[in-house]
Amino acid sequence: MSDSEKKIRGWFGGGRLLWPVLSLAALLLFNLIFAPSFFHFEIKDGHLYGTLVDILNQGSKVMLLSLGMTLVIASGGVDLSVGSLMAVAAATGALLVTKTSLPFGIVVPACLALCGLFGAFNGLMVTALRIQPIIATLILMVTGRGIAMLLTGGQVITFERASYVYVGNGHLFGLPFTTTIVLVTLVATLWITRRTAVGLFLEATGDNETASRFCGVPTARIKVLVYAFSGVCAGIAGLIASSNIKAADANRVGEMMELDAIFAVVVGGTALTGGRFTLVGSMIGALLIQTLTTTMYNLGMPPAIAPVPKAIVIVAACLLQSAKFRDALRGLLPRRATT
Amino acid sequence: MNRFARRINIPLLATAVVLVVLFGTASVLYDGFFSLRVIANLFADNAVLGIASVGMTFVILSGGIDLSIGSAIAFTTVLVATLITGHHWHPVPAMLVALAAGTLFGLGQGFLIQRFELPAFLVTLGGMFFARGMAFVVNAESVGINNPFYDAVLNVRLPIGGRAALPATALIFLAAFVVAVFVAHFTTYGRNTFALGGNPDSARLMGLPVGRTQIAVYAVNGFCSALAGIVATFYTGSGNPAMGSGLELDAIAAVVIGGTLLTGGVGSVEGTLLGVLIFGTIQSALVFDGRLNSWWLRIAIGLLLLLFILLQKAITSRATARSTT
Repeated sequence: MSDSEKKIRGWFGGGRLLWPVLSLAALLLFNLIFAPSFFHFEIKDGHLYGTLVDILNQGSKVMLLSLGMTLVIASGGVDLSVGSLMAVAAATGALLVTKTSLPFGIVVPACLALCGLFGAFNGLMVTALRIQPIIATLILMVTGRGIAMLLTGGQVITFERASYVYVGNGHLFGLPFTTTIVLVTLVATLWITRRTAVGLFLEATGDNETASRFCGVPTARIKVLVYAFSGVCAGIAGLIASSNIKAADANRVGEMMELDAIFAVVVGGTALTGGRFTLVGSMIGALLIQTLTTTMYNLGMPPAIAPVPKAIVIVAACLLQSAKFRDALRGLLPRRATT
Repeated sequence: MNRFARRINIPLLATAVVLVVLFGTASVLYDGFFSLRVIANLFADNAVLGIASVGMTFVILSGGIDLSIGSAIAFTTVLVATLITGHHWHPVPAMLVALAAGTLFGLGQGFLIQRFELPAFLVTLGGMFFARGMAFVVNAESVGINNPFYDAVLNVRLPIGGRAALPATALIFLAAFVVAVFVAHFTTYGRNTFALGGNPDSARLMGLPVGRTQIAVYAVNGFCSALAGIVATFYTGSGNPAMGSGLELDAIAAVVIGGTLLTGGVGSVEGTLLGVLIFGTIQSALVFDGRLNSWWLRIAIGLLLLLFILLQKAITSRATARSTT
């Protein structure tokens, strides 16, 4: 491998980001050729509008979820409860805003703290009770939506509070406010995982938990922390989702979104086996799903069929990461003459 | 041997006790709950979940997981309904086509998982999206079925005393259960599945056909999903591409409550039947009560899941502690 080649691989996170970036680029190129209006921008009242802005805005929920999910998956686990926690956050937020006169500046931390606590509960089940992550979080996935419905009494709670509505519908710096939320969360997460020892400890835990523990890494604490963080991310996403429609529908908020988040992380190049992770890759994965969905809407495909291309992408991403599949492919290609 | 038997039977016993206590409490609280009719309905109303859970038991016993069954059921219902109503097929060939499609779908997933060592969780997640989308490709709307064959099947009722009778759907569920118990206990395939889930490396070293068994487990589960889908068309008299959303999680919950370890290798189809009946009993009790809402079902199932997982943990940790001393 030449130096310049190494450098290029370095830009793409050692080759991990290559495939997601290429797929996203291919999808955008496809739109450039077949639907040029995709790249159309418009400035109205000082706000930027256009399909690409829509993708950023609509994709913000999955992007937030996949931030937390990346860290959980890096720790060797998985979090199925994020969709239900979104419903819990939406229900709590809507209730506090309509039933009490608490300022919104208190409502947000309250909702996020509640979701963080639920997340920490997941983490404790995984660490203290040693329950498999899939099952530990399945419990809260099933129960969480029930709790959210219990809170709202099964009703759809609508609200008008301007500050709450702003979260999912407002604009800042000409872009949807959600973009700012995602960017701030991403930068904060990147800073904590790349500029402090937490990231290193996390990768060590996911790679080999026993060895890390013997080296003095507080693996249990790290794990509880990432599940709690995933809960908080789900809380933010839940507040955005309810703000978008100015209502909390506990039955539907975040439905199946845990799967989209896992999808984004895996497509983004973080392996389900844990260890090394790439937050930027997950962001690209989340954007890839949203672009795929939006492209299909633009082509006039019924929304219900949208899962099919998604399924193909996820299996393709798995195959590309599989060593066995690469070996099989290599066997098919004609062998290069050795000199 | 004795200790091994005890290790399996304690969770099974606990599940049975919970079922009896739940059913007993509901019988005391609600007039008319303790009747053969409620019991017959328990089997009829949960036939779809029951058949799906039976297939899921084998997947989990083998150490895997299958998230695609809810979507596969939806695909089957809409395929059968469209073939019968839209293309005027006779129901029997339509069902055979659906069963073949389901088996092939499971086979494909199993192949990907086994041949390329992909995580079952992700492959079946892809399968879930794929089958759901394909269901909408076949038909984007709910299709009703009006067919003399369906009427004939729905008229089949096995009286079990009083005015209670088991409908055809419940009979198919019970038949699937009996076959599954037989397969699990008395066939090589069943024993291979247990061995594979217990320790794949040992199973391979023993010369068992590990790869073939693993693929077969998913193919059988695809078949079970298709069968559950066919039962769903009998139960609802229609095919609906949106049906069965989240059913895979209910099935996993039923299997776990039934005492099957998620790490594979330990468990039973009989336990799964009890798990499905617990699910059904809670649901019937909520219907009888009328004051409690459907979200209590989710909360109750979640708490039961937690309870049974903690119980399993306690039992397995005690067993390992005993074997090391």
